[in-house]
Amino acid sequence: MWNRARDILSSLLLTELLKGLALTGRFMFARKVTVFFPEEKTPQSARFRGLHALRRYPNGEERCIACKLCEAVCPALAITIESELRQDGTRRTTRYDIDLTKCIFCGFCEESCPVDSIVETRILEYHGEARGDLYYTKPVLLAIGDRYEAQIAADRAEDARYR
Amino acid sequence: MTIKLEIDGKPVEVDNGATVMEAASKLGTFVPHFCYHKKLSIAANCRMCLVQVEKAPKPLPACATPATEGMKVWTQSAPAVAAQKGVMEFLLINHPLDCPICDQGGECQLQDLAVGYGGSCSRYEEEKRVVVNKNLGPLISTDMTRCIHCTRCVRFGQEIAGVMELGMAGRGEHSEILTFVGRTVDSELSGNMIDLCPVGALTSKPFRYSARTWELARRKSVSPHDGLGSSLVMQVKQERVMRVVPLENEAVNECWLSDRDRFAYEGLNTEDRLTRPMVCKDGAWVDVDWPEALEAVARGLRDTVARHGPASLAALLSPTLTLEELHLATKLARGLGSDNVDHHFRALDSRARFAGAPWLGMPVAELGRQQAVLLVGSTIRKEQPLIAQRLRQGARKGLAVSVVHVADDDLLMPVAHRIVARPSGLVAALASVAVALAESTGRPLEGEVAAALAGFAATDEARAVAKSLSGRERSAVLVGHYAQQHPEFAALAAIAREIARLAGATFGVLAQNANSVGAKLVGAHPLAGGLDTRGMLAHPPKAWVVAGFEPERDAALAPAAIAALGQAEFVVALTAWRCWAPEYAHVILPIAPSAETAGTFVNMEGRVQSFHAVTKPRGDTRPGWKVLRMLGSMLGLEGFDADTVEAVRAAIAPDLPAWARAGLSNDAAAVAFQVSAPGAGLERVAEWPVYGTDPQVRRAPSLQKTADAKAAARARMNAATAIAAGLALGERVRVTQGGGEAVLEVAIDPALPDGCVRVARGIAGTVSLGEGPLALAKVDTEAAA
Repeated sequence: MWNRARDILSSLLLTELLKGLALTGRFMFARKVTVFFPEEKTPQSARFRGLHALRRYPNGEERCIACKLCEAVCPALAITIESELRQDGTRRTTRYDIDLTKCIFCGFCEESCPVDSIVETRILEYHGEARGDLYYTKPVLLAIGDRYEAQIAADRAEDARYR
Repeated sequence: MTIKLEIDGKPVEVDNGATVMEAASKLGTFVPHFCYHKKLSIAANCRMCLVQVEKAPKPLPACATPATEGMKVWTQSAPAVAAQKGVMEFLLINHPLDCPICDQGGECQLQDLAVGYGGSCSRYEEEKRVVVNKNLGPLISTDMTRCIHCTRCVRFGQEIAGVMELGMAGRGEHSEILTFVGRTVDSELSGNMIDLCPVGALTSKPFRYSARTWELARRKSVSPHDGLGSSLVMQVKQERVMRVVPLENEAVNECWLSDRDRFAYEGLNTEDRLTRPMVCKDGAWVDVDWPEALEAVARGLRDTVARHGPASLAALLSPTLTLEELHLATKLARGLGSDNVDHHFRALDSRARFAGAPWLGMPVAELGRQQAVLLVGSTIRKEQPLIAQRLRQGARKGLAVSVVHVADDDLLMPVAHRIVARPSGLVAALASVAVALAESTGRPLEGEVAAALAGFAATDEARAVAKSLSGRERSAVLVGHYAQQHPEFAALAAIAREIARLAGATFGVLAQNANSVGAKLVGAHPLAGGLDTRGMLAHPPKAWVVAGFEPERDAALAPAAIAALGQAEFVVALTAWRCWAPEYAHVILPIAPSAETAGTFVNMEGRVQSFHAVTKPRGDTRPGWKVLRMLGSMLGLEGFDADTVEAVRAAIAPDLPAWARAGLSNDAAAVAFQVSAPGAGLERVAEWPVYGTDPQVRRAPSLQKTADAKAAARARMNAATAIAAGLALGERVRVTQGGGEAVLEVAIDPALPDGCVRVARGIAGTVSLGEGPLALAKVDTEAAA
């Protein structure tokens, strides 16, 4: 009997609606959390593990010495390297491929690299439209490194004190 | 007498004179070490094997400490480990941390032991030492900064290779491994230094930076390059042989490998490998598929045989082919009714007919245990580097090696007596030894040798050789490759056999190719009056099956072989390499070299060694046995229905080792011969050079850059001969022989007798040279220009 009367009263006074509107009103004035990607970006750690890059020394020489530790450590077998004796007597790769469809972005390659050549950058917005597009070869990886060197170097410098 | 001692609390019993290291390895206890190697002398200079010994005030090196009765040794105790760690720290002081670019990385003893005994960081902050790299030739590359001065390479040179080409100069910080000024390492066993080096100081030059050890699949195989049949491990990456290392086999190659076996793999990966069957249509070569090519071969053989009769077919089969291939190829020729089958295309004397397959007469391992050995016509170091090594080990322990040869080559071992004769005088020189032996033993010569040597007098040199050979418990007379290629081989073999009989020695023949013994066993030679190579070249048949054989390089009579093949109506060449086959063949079938096919070799001691393919055949290449089997089936012959290589093997004999043993024999029918006096004019000493023995070796680029290969491309003679011919070192000379000519550089080789010129066979420049007397004419380069 009493319950019935309370129900009738609350429907007449629209309490449920007001409760909902209150919640809406509260969030109307609260701080916004939605990020309007791609115009806005979430903050990234310097340790972010995104697209790979091959780095060079400041004099333009590629860092990679074809030690093949990254190839050996890669748990997804995504890296393929072939090496040779270059004309100047140094050990260099003739092929350095990363199959990004296999890669699990564990970062072991970067960790194993004795010369900080292969690195994972902050880039995550890359895509491929055809089957082979995500098979990155040495020139592509070097080009990524060349393009983002400033950011890569800054990130390594920031992380250096924890290593 | 044995000694009992205790290592890490475990009792062990060793022979008197054994070291603590040997006792430990008998127990299976690993003592870390760098300079110790079981086949080399003890140096004890790395100090890594320090162990704690009861009552010894300081740790002792296990490799140099003799085991004594009741000794108590601890290899893992705190003082022992502290000593080992201390040594490791010192070793790492000057060692560069360049493992990532070091080819030894992943298979490095220093790297492995540093994991166990090295610190996690270095206390050494001063400057590291840098040592300049040395040029050791085309096979070994150096990174001398990595050297830890274990001197294994130096000891290997002195003790195993017989020549000290590397040595350690300087002291302390300044000590370094050097060659003699301006020299390279030219030993035919030099590649073993790469294996011996415990760090990355000496690494393989052809392999340099091409792969990592952990990427390589290791597959066992057998060397196809000489009669020894060394056990190998071929290391393969993505169906490509990247390098070859020895597989330890005490009975055959111990733990060594000749450079020929080690670096010939490069020939597998060359550009002139054939990958598609080819048919010559109206004068042009067309790539075809297998059915079409085989159909063309079957039609060609059938038509020619139908037109000219079965005797118009000949088969020249290389003794580097596998037993299965040789079996099927001989069966094919005989199935078509022809007995013109031969593999002796290096022989100039077809009179020597052995009752069975000529062999070493004893196991290879017995060679070093002989007391006296007479080498007849053998450039042993180049022909059989590892047999030479075994004899060298014997000679160090008192084996008296005597040599009757056409050149006084340095064998890098103590040689008791040598007789150097001109090629035409080799029979007389050997005959002299036989006569001397008959004199000294008081037993008469028998048979055809007695008839030929009647009235022949012995020289003093021959008496000395006879003396060193007679009255021994274990002795051997070994006939080398040169003797087998000599125009008077039948006489040489008969006399050598007689010498062996008189001296109570073993008569042995050093098989020339990987499967020379096997080829003879399966009957790849005329059995029922067919033509042998010489006969084929004199009366050329109309149809030829040529397998694994390059007539221009492999035949003793190259010009005649080229001419005979050139006039044929139908030639099918089964070969892995292009070479000159398009010049004379009508169909070319690419067959797999031994690394790419399963097969069997029978080595010089009659050891049957079967092996699997280590890689897939390249391109459209097929294993020879499959090709021959198909061909036999298409020709409608009996017994060509085996599906597997095992079935082919079983068809040869159910028990191959027993069959091989039964087929070995060095006996031969008597051959009448005369001992002629040595000629007076210029003579050619013609041999297949060490890196020209088979098609694969000839195509290995690094081997062709070695000093041996370069020397083989020159006309070598002694100074007197050169002066008599008006020639000087480095000049160019036109060599004319048997209607052919070659222009070569003059080199001076004091080992040759007067009037002899060493001009190699099997190399590009000397293909057109024939038989007979030699003429030299100086080439005036300025006038030519």
